[in-house]
This record gives sequence, structure tokens and C-alpha cells, in this order.
Amino acid sequence: MKVHIDEHKCVASGQCVLVAPDVFDQRDEDGVAVLLDDSPTPDKAGQIQEAVVICPGAAIRLDRA
Amino acid sequence: MRRVVVVGASAAGLATAAALRQQGFGGLITMIGDEPHLPYDRPPLSKQVLTGQWDAERLLLRPESDLKAMNLDLRLGVSATAVDRTARTVTLAHGGTVPYDALVIATGVRPRLLPGGHGRPGVHVLRTREDALALRDRLGDGRRLVIIGGGFLGTEVAAAARQRGADVTIVESGAEPLARIIGRAAGRFITGIHRDRGVRILTGLKAETFDTADGAVTGVRLDDGRTLPADDVLVATGSVPNTDWLRGSGLDIDDGLLCDAHGRCAPGIHAAGDVARWFNPLFGRAIRVEHRTSASEQGIAVARDLLTPATPQPAAPVPYFWTDQYEVKVQSHGYLPGHEESAVLDGDLAEGRALIGYRRGRHLTGVLAIGMPAKDVRPWRAAVARRTEWAAVTSAPTPAR
Ligand SMILES: Cc1cc2nc3c(=O)[nH]c(=O)nc-3n(C[C@H](O)[C@H](O)[C@H](O)COP(=O)(O)OP(=O)(O)OC[C@H]3O[C@@H](n4cnc5c(N)ncnc54)[C@H](O)[C@@H]3O)c2cc1C
Repeated sequence: MKVHIDEHKCVASGQCVLVAPDVFDQRDEDGVAVLLDDSPTPDKAGQIQEAVVICPGAAIRLDRA
Repeated sequence: MRRVVVVGASAAGLATAAALRQQGFGGLITMIGDEPHLPYDRPPLSKQVLTGQWDAERLLLRPESDLKAMNLDLRLGVSATAVDRTARTVTLAHGGTVPYDALVIATGVRPRLLPGGHGRPGVHVLRTREDALALRDRLGDGRRLVIIGGGFLGTEVAAAARQRGADVTIVESGAEPLARIIGRAAGRFITGIHRDRGVRILTGLKAETFDTADGAVTGVRLDDGRTLPADDVLVATGSVPNTDWLRGSGLDIDDGLLCDAHGRCAPGIHAAGDVARWFNPLFGRAIRVEHRTSASEQGIAVARDLLTPATPQPAAPVPYFWTDQYEVKVQSHGYLPGHEESAVLDGDLAEGRALIGYRRGRHLTGVLAIGMPAKDVRPWRAAVARRTEWAAVTSAPTPAR
């Protein structure tokens, strides 16, 4: 499982951190989302999928492969 | 439940469909949308699209491959014209009906128009991809743009148009752009940024009619008798929920579809997004919120309620929005309209970074952050969610992390 963030689309809302705090964080300087773990374990899939849907910038993608 | 029909193929509708699949729904999902495009995102329309940084292809909410994987019965370019609650069917514009076990209404809002002028060359609204591309192609050095309405949309367009070199005037009927929602002080601060960038701002004035020549707009006439010459006019005076197609259905559509805290508006019918007025226990009343994040949150909550109706989880979400004004990021958690008091709780507007709190009754009901580090704003969301007493935040400003 691979998670991708499109930094240009990210609006720094931090919504991903609220639903998946072990996977996402925000950069100190501009709030843009960063990955704490770009290949998370399958038990995180549910949270990450929720982050994909909740992200107001449509900036997160999850590759199941 | 075998068949879910979602009307409206945008942020809220797609979030509902995606969440249904994620939560394991294997039945049929029919999504009906009147726009001819794959679901796309609107916030960039007044930002990266107008400035020319993004082309329309970047607007897709999900890559086409994701949509395929969701296995949707996607009906695009088709509008729903009625619902029959007894037969449990939705009627389509070109005839034909679609039966549902569960119906989700996510038809959003449309711009409020000014009488006379719409449809003429040079008169614009901004809601769709077509609207944004049409306005984008008209902006440029020295082109005169008059924006009627100094809300978030009007001010964002002003910022983008100035970046394109246009000559921009905002006409606001209130005392200060944005003030009705975010208060005078914050409104004045953001207005100041626009004035510094050369935007002309006229307040306490209403646009009355359009001047035209050969059918095209040439100016806007104001209620003080003045005429503002214009090559283009954007009408940004608010929006109207898309509920006309539900007239006669017996649903409560007074300012959007009234829903309980689960998004239910009637047996078998939920609503989500800009069109929905959800009861929010946090604020003790039903509120209609036109924010991008609410569309997703409500879509997810509706999917959950559809799949596990026996164990309802009432949602009490803290609304969130952001707006970009030039390089200044503004973020808000909570519900600001109708606030009774506001105060700077952190930072200082004079230094260009501040966190403003809003009170209604005895509680902190919202915050607005201007130019603050995004990470420092998030703890305030929890403070709003906890219904923190106003007295507590005004005496000890920074909430514990
Ligand atoms: C220019 C612009 C900038 C914005 N910027 C921000 C921002 O910075 N921050 C923020 O928080 N929010 C912003 N928003 C608001 C955000 O885009 C909305 O909250 C969000 O789009 C709501 O999604 P929705 O799915 O509820 O409604 P919509 O996006 O309006 O989608 C509803 C869809 O249903 C379709 N439809 C309507 N009637 C029918 C019918 N009878 N049959 C079939 N289909 C129908 C509509 O055509 C539309 O495609 C912005 C909006 C705009 C327009």
C-alpha cells in the first residue's frame, strides 16, 4: 500500500491528520501535509481511505498494489 | 438495500458513493449529475484556474481509474426533475425513471442572479468549470472587472484578477467586505490587503442595472446614480439551493433540505453538501454550510447511516473552511454567522497574523486564523468542539495542545 500527496493541491487544512494521525502530519512552515509513513500497514487502510475522501483539496491518493 | 441513487455528481455525491464502497456496499450505485463532466472540484475555480496556474484537467476529484474501480452507474449530463416518494423513483429530464431503495440528494447551490443582464457578453457568475474558463479568458492587463458582492467568492476573484493585471472594483452593499460573516475587524484587515494591491472597494452601495451597448455589458449603474465602466461584471451575491426539482415532494426545502443530525430528511432520503441544512447538536440548530469539507464529511456520514441505520451516530462536526487571499491563508473552524462578539485571541492583526475567536451565547462557537501557522490552528477546533466557555478563552488564550 502506497500513499501519495500532491503538494500543489494540498490546502493545508490538516483534515488528514485528524482522521489518520499516524500517517499524516503538517509541515511547520506552511501546513502542507507530509507523510509520516508512505507505506503504511494494511490496518491503516480504512483511515487513509477516509482521509482521501475528506481531503478538501483532493490531494491524497492511495495505491493498493 | 440494493440500490442507492445519488442525485448530484460533485463533492458531496461522490464522497457518499466512495464511502459506501469503502464501507463494503456491493449493491448498485446510480449517480445522476446534470453537468457533462466527470466530478470536479470547485475551490480552485476562483484560485488556480483564474490565475491561469491550472488547466481544467487538474480539477478532477478522482482519477478516472478510481471512478472505474468504484463501479458506479454514472449518468452525466442528465438532470433529475422530480422524486416520487411513494413509488420510490427519481424522474429524469429526458423521460424515464430510476427506482431507489435509498436516495441521497446532493444537488448543491447555484449563484443568485441580478435581474436583467445575465446571458449578455461580459456578465459572469462563478460556479462551474465553464464559468471559470469564460472569466479566465476575459481577464488581463488593464481589463476592467467590476465584482458585485464582497464575500469570499468576490474577494478571491479580485485577488486572482489583480494577479492577472486587471483593473478591479468591488461593490459591497454592507459596511465592509466579508464583515457580515467574519466581523468588522477581520473584514477590514482583508479589505486592507486588497486596497494595498490596488483593488477599488466601494461599500454601502448596491448595483441596480447594467449598461449595455450592442448587447454587451459596458458598465454597472449603482444606487447612488454613479456608473462604473466595465469590460466584465461578476455577480457574486450569494447562492440559492438547487431544490426546485423537489417542489411538491413534501420535503422541507426552506433554505435547503432540512435534515437531522444523520442527514436524514425523510424515510429513505438523505441529503448532503451545500444543499443540505443539517441539525448540528454543537450549535443547537440546523445550519446550511457551503464549505468543501462539509460536503465530504456529510457524504461519509450519510454512507455510514445508510449501511448501519440501527446504530446511528449523530454527527456534530465542526465546520471548516479556508480561503486564499493573495499569499495570505485564512482558515476557520466553527460556525461564524450570527456571532455576537469577536476578539483577537492570539497574534495581532497589525502584524498580519491573528487568531480571532467568535462568541454566541456563552461559548466559543468559532475561530478564524489569518496568516497563522496551520498547525497552531488545529487545537482550536477541539476547543470549539468542546464548547469551551468564552470566559475561559478570553482569560487564557492558547488552548492546550
Ligand atoms: C468558485 C468557488 C470557490 C470555492 N472556494 C471554497 C474554498 O476556498 N473553501 C471552501 O471551504 N469551500 C469553497 N467553495 C465551496 C465548495 O466548492 C462547495 O462547498 C462544494 O462544491 C459543495 O459540494 P456539493 O457536492 O454539495 O455541491 P456542488 O459542488 O454544487 O454540486 C452539486 C452538483 O449537482 C448538480 N445538480 C444540481 N441539480 C441537479 C439535478 N436536478 N439533477 C442532477 N444534477 C443536479 C450540479 O450541477 C452540481 O454538479 C467554493 C465554491 C466555488 C463555486
